[in-house]
Amino acid sequence: MGDLIDDLLAGKHRALARAITKIENRSPGYRDLVGELYQHTGDAEVIGITGSPGAGKSTLVDKLAKTYRDEGLTVGVIAIDPSSPFTGGSVLGDRIRMASVSGDMDVFFRSMSARGSLGGLSTATADAVKALDAFGKDKVIVETVGAGQNEIDIVKTADTVAVLVPPGSGDDVQMLKAGILEIGDVFVVNKADLPGADRTVMELREMIDTRNDYTQTADHHGADAASEAAASEAMARETDDEGWTPQVVETVAEDGTGVDDLIELLADHATYLAESGKGEERARQRYAEEIRTLLREDVNQLVAGELAARGGIESYVQRVLDRETDPYAVADELVAPIEECVEADRDG
Amino acid sequence: MSADADQRTIRCLVAKVGLDGHDRGAHVIARAFRDAGFEVIYSGLHRSPDEVVQAAVQEDVDVLGISILSGAHNTLVPKILAGLDEYDALDDTLVVVGGIIPEDDRPKLKEAGVGGIFGPGASMEEAVEFVRENAPQRD
Ligand SMILES: Nc1nc2c(ncn2[C@@H]2O[C@H](COP(=O)(O)OP(=O)(O)O)[C@@H](O)[C@H]2O)c(=O)[nH]1
Ligand SMILES: [Mg+2]
Repeated sequence: MGDLIDDLLAGKHRALARAITKIENRSPGYRDLVGELYQHTGDAEVIGITGSPGAGKSTLVDKLAKTYRDEGLTVGVIAIDPSSPFTGGSVLGDRIRMASVSGDMDVFFRSMSARGSLGGLSTATADAVKALDAFGKDKVIVETVGAGQNEIDIVKTADTVAVLVPPGSGDDVQMLKAGILEIGDVFVVNKADLPGADRTVMELREMIDTRNDYTQTADHHGADAASEAAASEAMARETDDEGWTPQVVETVAEDGTGVDDLIELLADHATYLAESGKGEERARQRYAEEIRTLLREDVNQLVAGELAARGGIESYVQRVLDRETDPYAVADELVAPIEECVEADRDG
Repeated sequence: MSADADQRTIRCLVAKVGLDGHDRGAHVIARAFRDAGFEVIYSGLHRSPDEVVQAAVQEDVDVLGISILSGAHNTLVPKILAGLDEYDALDDTLVVVGGIIPEDDRPKLKEAGVGGIFGPGASMEEAVEFVRENAPQRD
């Protein structure tokens, strides 16, 4: 373990790859590993790229990586396919698009399936990002399909989130309303070579404006009543757009058109995060979420162990069916000894 | 928490090297491996040895399946093996080669580190079984 960390910090690719495998498999000792890595992190800029399947995410990631490499920066990429089955086989094909940086070891590209989602794919992603950060990557890009809450959680591990919207996809713009719009710092109308790009750009701008108006109005009314003020403040925090209006950019990932504009926007957002203090605020939220997730998981495991030691859930279920007990009493009975330990420990 | 957590999934890279344009063979292998429950990373057509090494090392695969039809196996495969060795990845990566490899060339490839060779006549079940039995045991 110590060797693995030393080798990773010394820049050995194999050690980095192996560390990510341990994280993904949740191998024994992976927690200590991530714990050790933490103190070496914090320097990488993490960019999340999301959007529907086929939107051109991987193609764009390839071009972004190439551009950063031309600037002399090193890059890590994690491409997650959350639609792959949790168990059983899968084919991960994001690597096919890595044409311009293929063969360049300073772009570390890693494919991840949903298998890592035992205990949260977002946790596994965040931990893998930590490994790339500790390794010394300047930029870490996380690619994931944007569809549900799982994916939103994944992409939230990034500092800056770019959402890809292909042109002429009225449905996609509709879909954005259901959650993805809130997390986008930058919207990329990729495949701008296809008809309908202008219209999609317009629709996106409209949607962003509407959202901004809404937050501003809420702020005004919020002044009237304390509770409303609190609510609007919460919303302002939630939408996270004080001082940053999400930007829209057009790209043709296939030939690289617009990629420089996108890079500039990403840099603008990074500057904004640093200067406004929002970056730290996001980090705080992220760490709080990570701690909560781990706690939930650990306590669950503790309780599961207790349940197993008492013969499993089935016997309790039977007793509930027979009206000998009820679910609340069962929960109390199982948690009581744990509670006692915790209290004794706290008092002692 | 669950039992699957300990059950290691076999990770494979299916790589197509050489200049010939068909990747049907590689696709068939990728699908057969997937159906066998393996996690397959497919890297696309026309990969150079360096690119294959990069992918195998970064993806930390247990198994590297090289599909090669062009007849250049005597130069390309040893280059890949040397590349893996350079990254200390040769010892615990099972390398299998699929394609038209004449009998005479096989001993040399095996000596260089190829674990198994599957010609056009070999069945997918054979390859899957071979991988299951020979995939390296890691911690
Ligand atoms: N016309 C056009 N096609 C693109 C563009 N970017 C990507 N594609 C194509 O869209 C398809 C899906 O791309 P991919 O990067 O795999 O999408 P992903 O699923 O979002 O990662 C591929 O066939 C790409 O060649 C673009 O800017 N214009
Ligand atoms: Mg992709």
